[in-house]
Amino acid sequence: MSAAWITVIATGVGTVVLKAVGPVGVAGRELPPRVASLLSMVGPAILAALVVTETFAHGRSLVVDARIAGVAAGAAAVLLRAPLWAVVLAGAVATAAVRALS
Amino acid sequence: MRKGLRLIAPLLPAAFAIGASFGVLARASHFSAVAAVVMSATTFAGSSQVAAASILGAGGGIAAAVLAALLLNLRYTPMGVVVAQSFHGLPVWRRLAQAQLLVDESWALAGGGTKRFDRRMMLGMGAAMWFAWVGGTAAGAVLGSVVNDVSAFGLDGAFAALFLALLIAQVANRRALAAAVLGAAIAAALTPLTPPGLPIIVATAAVLVGWTRG
Repeated sequence: MSAAWITVIATGVGTVVLKAVGPVGVAGRELPPRVASLLSMVGPAILAALVVTETFAHGRSLVVDARIAGVAAGAAAVLLRAPLWAVVLAGAVATAAVRALS
Repeated sequence: MRKGLRLIAPLLPAAFAIGASFGVLARASHFSAVAAVVMSATTFAGSSQVAAASILGAGGGIAAAVLAALLLNLRYTPMGVVVAQSFHGLPVWRRLAQAQLLVDESWALAGGGTKRFDRRMMLGMGAAMWFAWVGGTAAGAVLGSVVNDVSAFGLDGAFAALFLALLIAQVANRRALAAAVLGAAIAAALTPLTPPGLPIIVATAAVLVGWTRG
């Protein structure tokens, strides 16, 4: 089986379980506040890490290339309260434009 | 139900477009078109799918890709827990199936985290998002097999921008900001030292700032 298929199946099964824990397993109880608070920070920590690697990582080196233009354009779109699809489009257009020109 | 569809309608083109981008990315990361569509249909959580495909595409291992994706989806557990009461009385298999339609948008617009969470509304909105997301992925996966060089489309920069937008939406307080800054620093420091994917997973240790600051 290819790496892609193993990833698809393992991620799929894991996500089904994570989504079902509350509705199937917990009848109206709540997580301890401290656990809920820690879990709420996993998203910001990992998304910030992804911003760094998706912007600067090239294999094992950190480089500054056309992607930084895409992130800057995306950030500008966020500040202008653009919808998510427009943020993605701005990121793609800016990255492709800088890449074509450089 | 109708109110739910009206609320979710503006988000459907976004789900389709980002789904299509995921389809193209997945093809570039050596997913078959079928694998890309199956992932969208089963995982149905955009940021985690993009992260997994990016890590595999960058030469990271399967374990790193799966773990990063599941860490991103960890938020669905507390989100599911706070709306669990609305599933009361349904048979287990229906709860299991209906829980799969929980995504950020359907949860939030149906009143997730408030006392007025409307499960039926969440189901309608989640189903609409599912069709847009899976349909977009199929379109992108087909398109992705005819384009040779996806970097010309700037998709890598686009996904970096997407993650930034999702990050900004999640930084609701100073502790979340601290976790984000620390996570970014860990990722930058580890990138030259470890295989692709691992810096993202280790960055989750940044949540421990929450321990010390109580």
